[in-house]
Amino acid sequence: MNTAPRRWRTSAHGFNAMLLIECPWCGPRAETEFSYGGEAGIVRPPDPDALSDAEWADYLFNRANPRGAHRELWNHTHGCRRWFAVERDTVTNQIQRSYTLDGTAPEPGTGSGTASKLTAESDTTSRIGSGG
Amino acid sequence: MKRYSALGLVRNALGYNRDWREAWRSPEPGKSYDAIIVGGGGHGLATAYYLARDHGIRNVAVLEKGWIGGGNTGRNTTIVRSNYLWTESSLLYEKSMKLWEGLSQDLNYNVMFSQRGVYNLGHSLQDMRDIERRVNANRLNGIDAEVVSAAELGKAIPHLNTSPDARYPILGASLQRRAGVARHDAVAWGFARAADSLGVDVIEQCEVTGIDVRGGKAVGVQTTRGPIASDRIGVVVAGHASVLAKMADLRLPIESHPLQAFVSEPIKPVLDTVVMSGAVHGYISQSDKGELVIGAGIDAYTGYGQRGSFHIIEHTMQAIIELFPVFSRVRMLRLWGGIVDVCPDACPIVSKTPVEGLYFNCGWGTGGFKSTPGSGWVFARTMAHDEPHELNAPFSLERFATGALIDEHGAAAVAH
Repeated sequence: MNTAPRRWRTSAHGFNAMLLIECPWCGPRAETEFSYGGEAGIVRPPDPDALSDAEWADYLFNRANPRGAHRELWNHTHGCRRWFAVERDTVTNQIQRSYTLDGTAPEPGTGSGTASKLTAESDTTSRIGSGG
Repeated sequence: MKRYSALGLVRNALGYNRDWREAWRSPEPGKSYDAIIVGGGGHGLATAYYLARDHGIRNVAVLEKGWIGGGNTGRNTTIVRSNYLWTESSLLYEKSMKLWEGLSQDLNYNVMFSQRGVYNLGHSLQDMRDIERRVNANRLNGIDAEVVSAAELGKAIPHLNTSPDARYPILGASLQRRAGVARHDAVAWGFARAADSLGVDVIEQCEVTGIDVRGGKAVGVQTTRGPIASDRIGVVVAGHASVLAKMADLRLPIESHPLQAFVSEPIKPVLDTVVMSGAVHGYISQSDKGELVIGAGIDAYTGYGQRGSFHIIEHTMQAIIELFPVFSRVRMLRLWGGIVDVCPDACPIVSKTPVEGLYFNCGWGTGGFKSTPGSGWVFARTMAHDEPHELNAPFSLERFATGALIDEHGAAAVAH
């Protein structure tokens, strides 16, 4: 019998698992197919020479590193090799949604980037179970 | 505080162990302190201890949101070494090593520091060139280091697969004989008890929810147990550094990642040293209880959940079995994750900040445990004098603007 307090118990979906990430082009795939690209939405300053050293360092090195909701880049390295963005909770690892960087989403498997926008409702299951 | 001694052990044994006292008090938080340390891990407690012992600042509170020893201090693989490549880091870690060597006596608490040696393996000609370079750099900085051949390795560590037929043959290693392991819980408890005995208030279950800044100066903190005033605040919270920085409107060059580690079921003594490999990427030692203590690299993504992904475990096990085929049927007993605060140059930040009276000690990443006493020592000095010691001056927050990074990524004996 598992005598651990309920909140300590591990479930197949909460532990010994990896992320299940939805590539906008290829659909849900295992985390091992992807490479992590860090915080999304960091824009390279158009005129770096105009910045102070501190402003340049802020662009180059400083990160929000939030506890909770995080928008981040992933690359489907072992698939279509395209970059896209993911909204993930950094505490629970629940993935809210994936989206293409220009805001449009293709039909999975079509390789085209012109279809309808992905919405927040297109929630993906965020983890692959451990299989026992 | 009653000193621990052999005589005390005998006396308490004869008294049926009824007279043992709590190791530290559990005081209610005061209204104000001369200094506040946020974070009751090893580094924070060490800071409080050295503030009280060396700088005469004893009206200090250590605020811990959970319990002492429940964070990264209890979630590492306990390796202590100082064989870093660059002069700035090797001198800082060597200061720590020297403190480790007298720590049990200083604290009157047995931290079970065991200088059993650390081997860093080389699997390619380039690995061996890097090892030669690092060993020579260490020796120039007065740190013991030597290069060991594969044949010598085979004699020293009988179960290590030094066969030339291995998939990633071992060509040699660096060896730091003064390196080793310590008991991580005892380090936290020892520092807490020693700091407490010097008058420091170690306050558990007290989470900091805000940092009060007025006119560019830190004036206190908001906590789950009420506001506490102080014009000298040191933040030592490892993986949560960015969260605390945000409370003072600061941004840090830090990302927090899960770092997983595991122990096996206890087995008979089989490994009397520490073996690390940056190339196949794993490290292993055996605890006094007989468990194999195993670790490797961080999960790629950022995370605050104290857990990581399964394929990292699989990768780590592959590395360990590549090095020690004899362990292939040993079963793992427990695994855990810590939240490590990784800097772009894999070096810590022990620094003043743009906010007067607010100090940050963070960014130790995957290598924090070994630096516990040294980190506390330089941070206490920085907080007491409002200027860094020469050992931590290079580890300022400004280095990211000036460009004077200390690039230990890939240089510091094991990949991070």
